[in-house]
Amino acid sequence: MAENYIKHKYDPILPKKDEWPVVKLSKSRKDFIKRVAEASKRSVLQITGDNIDLLKEELETTLYREKLRIKQNPWDVDPDDEKDFWRKVKSSLVQISADTNTTKTQKKKKYLEILDDITMRYSEEIASNFIHSHYKVTRRIVTFGFARLLNAARVKGFRSIFSNQYTLQDKIQIVGETDQIRELASKGTIVMVPTHFSNLDSILIGWVISVLGLPPFIYGAGLNLFNIGIFAYFMNALGAYKVDRRKKNLLYLETLKTYSSEAIQAGVHSLFFPGGTRSRSGMIEKKLKLGLLSTAVEAQRANYQKTKNEMGGKVFIVPVTINYHFVLEAPSLIQEYLSMTGQERYYKERDEFSTSYKISKFLVKFFTKGSDISVTIGKAMDVMGNYVDNAGNSFDRHGRKINTRDYFISNGIVTVDTQREEEYTHHLGRRIVEEFHLNNRVFSSHLVAFTAFQMIKRGNKKLDLYNLLRLPEEDIFIVYVEFKEACQRVLDKIFDLEAEGRLQVAPHLRQDIDSIISHGLDNVGMYHAKRPLIKNKNGNIETQDLSVLYFYHNRLIGYDLEKLF
Amino acid sequence: MTSKNSSKEKSIGVVGMGSFGTAIANILAEKSNVIAFARRAEVVDEINQKHEVDGLPIHPGIIGTIDPEFLCRSCDTIFFMIPSAAFQEVIRSFSPYLYPYHLVIHGTKGLCLDLPEGQKLEDLGKITRENILTMSEVILKETVAIRVGCLAGPNLARELYEGQPAATVVASKYNEVILEGQRLLRTDKFQVYGNSDIVGVELSGVLKNIIAIAAGALAGMGLGENAKGLLISRGMVELVYLGNALGGSVKSFIGLAGIGDLVATCNSTLSRNYTVGYRLAKGEKLEDIQATMEEVAEGINTIRLMKAFVEGTGMRAPITENLYKVLFEDLKIEEALQYLMKYPFNVDVDFL
Repeated sequence: MAENYIKHKYDPILPKKDEWPVVKLSKSRKDFIKRVAEASKRSVLQITGDNIDLLKEELETTLYREKLRIKQNPWDVDPDDEKDFWRKVKSSLVQISADTNTTKTQKKKKYLEILDDITMRYSEEIASNFIHSHYKVTRRIVTFGFARLLNAARVKGFRSIFSNQYTLQDKIQIVGETDQIRELASKGTIVMVPTHFSNLDSILIGWVISVLGLPPFIYGAGLNLFNIGIFAYFMNALGAYKVDRRKKNLLYLETLKTYSSEAIQAGVHSLFFPGGTRSRSGMIEKKLKLGLLSTAVEAQRANYQKTKNEMGGKVFIVPVTINYHFVLEAPSLIQEYLSMTGQERYYKERDEFSTSYKISKFLVKFFTKGSDISVTIGKAMDVMGNYVDNAGNSFDRHGRKINTRDYFISNGIVTVDTQREEEYTHHLGRRIVEEFHLNNRVFSSHLVAFTAFQMIKRGNKKLDLYNLLRLPEEDIFIVYVEFKEACQRVLDKIFDLEAEGRLQVAPHLRQDIDSIISHGLDNVGMYHAKRPLIKNKNGNIETQDLSVLYFYHNRLIGYDLEKLF
Repeated sequence: MTSKNSSKEKSIGVVGMGSFGTAIANILAEKSNVIAFARRAEVVDEINQKHEVDGLPIHPGIIGTIDPEFLCRSCDTIFFMIPSAAFQEVIRSFSPYLYPYHLVIHGTKGLCLDLPEGQKLEDLGKITRENILTMSEVILKETVAIRVGCLAGPNLARELYEGQPAATVVASKYNEVILEGQRLLRTDKFQVYGNSDIVGVELSGVLKNIIAIAAGALAGMGLGENAKGLLISRGMVELVYLGNALGGSVKSFIGLAGIGDLVATCNSTLSRNYTVGYRLAKGEKLEDIQATMEEVAEGINTIRLMKAFVEGTGMRAPITENLYKVLFEDLKIEEALQYLMKYPFNVDVDFL
């Protein structure tokens, strides 16, 4: 089982922290926030077409929704002065419409002032709070602390706590285009787009970025995560800016997008989870949230407007796929998915990441027992989904060098065309989904889960998905010989797909089929109270939780492997 | 000579100087400098020396070339007006010189078969949507151009050439392509509509050719207007179903490029597809008809592909299926007609 993952730690590409874009950003935080607020204001005005009545309507809608949110869905992280702020907005709005003596221009000026206040507040709220000393501490905790735990568990004995035999990099394997992303990080702005299955992903990616010697990335993290003390610390340290999914009003969304766009333009490497939230179904994301993605396209165009140079401020999109044997939240994610899509009779939300204690417990479990994770760094692309080389040049499908700038040109100059950029964002989204599938790394656990679920499904042809999932688990078993035969068939097809370059295969799949199956059964959803797959005492395959099995099975959806059954 | 825009402005490219290409080049030349590409050197010479194509005079400002590179370098917007059978090949020869800043608009009402290496339609019998490419999909597949549009509508080349009033649809996902198409083509006698459903508009133009062949056949049999009215409306239903299955929207099919074009071609002896049907009904063989036609009737290839597609999806498309039998399996036209009269269509319109 020769693993070709990265075993060494890279030197930082920018050794001095003052050179880090994110540090530069945090030093000029005040100016930056102001810039974002200004730009957001401009884009809101553009959307409302400079029409006062429309602007007034947007302001009123925003006020209404914010008041509703404060009342119905308050969170710990919400600032104390929220009520006061919105009360003030309200009274200003009332004042303007009540005052009959003011002229139109005066009114407009007042509305603009309110708009100013709100975008400024939002911008302040969203902005990341990167503190270098916290970053250093966090990095040390993650690498040092986890490495200790890991060695204690794997190398027996008291002294082992000081052993360096295993490092985190044996546990979390980084494969793919690691050199390229380092090269490109000093030539342009990286926008990393990973698949998203677990809340652990953000910390994981943060660690990967540090191992690769890259300066920290900023990324949007759900504000709900800041409710939890330990997460808030990590997130702030890693350069997270805050995304509040409760706020769906135009002003907020524009400010959020502007923040991201301005940061990319300023050369700050960014991270989006383009699926928006964790994949509920366990499938690789098929439909992406295009809001934040559009900011990458917009920032690229804005940079081209500023410079004549193709490489000046070029944006590189790097898809990253994360593969797990075990996703802590799987049971609740799949329940949510089923209740969203179909006829689950009951639905109860459980959030395993609700307390710091639970998280710590999970982390200890994770690092003391073996459950490997692999992180694949995909080939970098420009914002139009063309592959780029290590120097950052874009190439078309025929291997011809092209200028990304040309996509934004009409009649010889770079132009702003939001409708065009919207289409480009769709295009980029499709390309990222393609890359996710190409970079997906098949694990033994995916193989056994997929095969087992498909066999159960075939055995109950008449049931639809929801009825199938309601079957009593005790009644289900698969004869091992048949299971083995089916696994072999799927595996053969997977190797065919690998040969065609359509997916990747973990090295542990290159052994005899019995070993693969036993590796898969040991690992698939290994820490769930109810295991998705086990071998019973007669040597046959059983499941204790069909829904969770379905979750892990979904990882291999999208390759037409179902046709084998 | 009409007044031209400033000399700094780039020329407009027209690739393919068949009858439709020539008509469009003429319209474009009223406002812009036009560079026209033809594959045969003698056509280019005729354009440059006599300002004629096939003996018909064209706008004297049109410059002919056989050099794709020169055309792509001189033009930001290029109109591809070539028959579907040659489309892929021509696009490939242009591909090395096309860049992402090019706007590409095509006017080809045909489909292209896209099968894996080594497979043939005859052996497969059935195909799916993935095996069929519209012309814009060919452009996206073969070139780096992404701002792509198409021209479709009741645009019989002869009438356009004569300067009769007409309208067309420019369809593209990109507003700027539509606007550019309108800016370049719109004249006092030529109205240009926009549509964002490019695939739907392409399919309208493609699928109506099937019905045009059938309309020609009815006329060839000497049938009257009742029969034609029946055919056009049933043909429309079939077009909508096939078009939906291929990814177009109903809205586009009932627009200018759909109904508009359908009515025009089903009534016109100028239409090549109509002529094919007409001569079939007069007892001629398909090979003989094709051998004596100057330009390709796209409908024949479309029927072949759609028949295979219908097989692959399990849909029914009675007009297409019967025309296929007439064209390729020696079914008598009268028998096909009889079959259609017996076919249990019972609902008039069920797609709206």
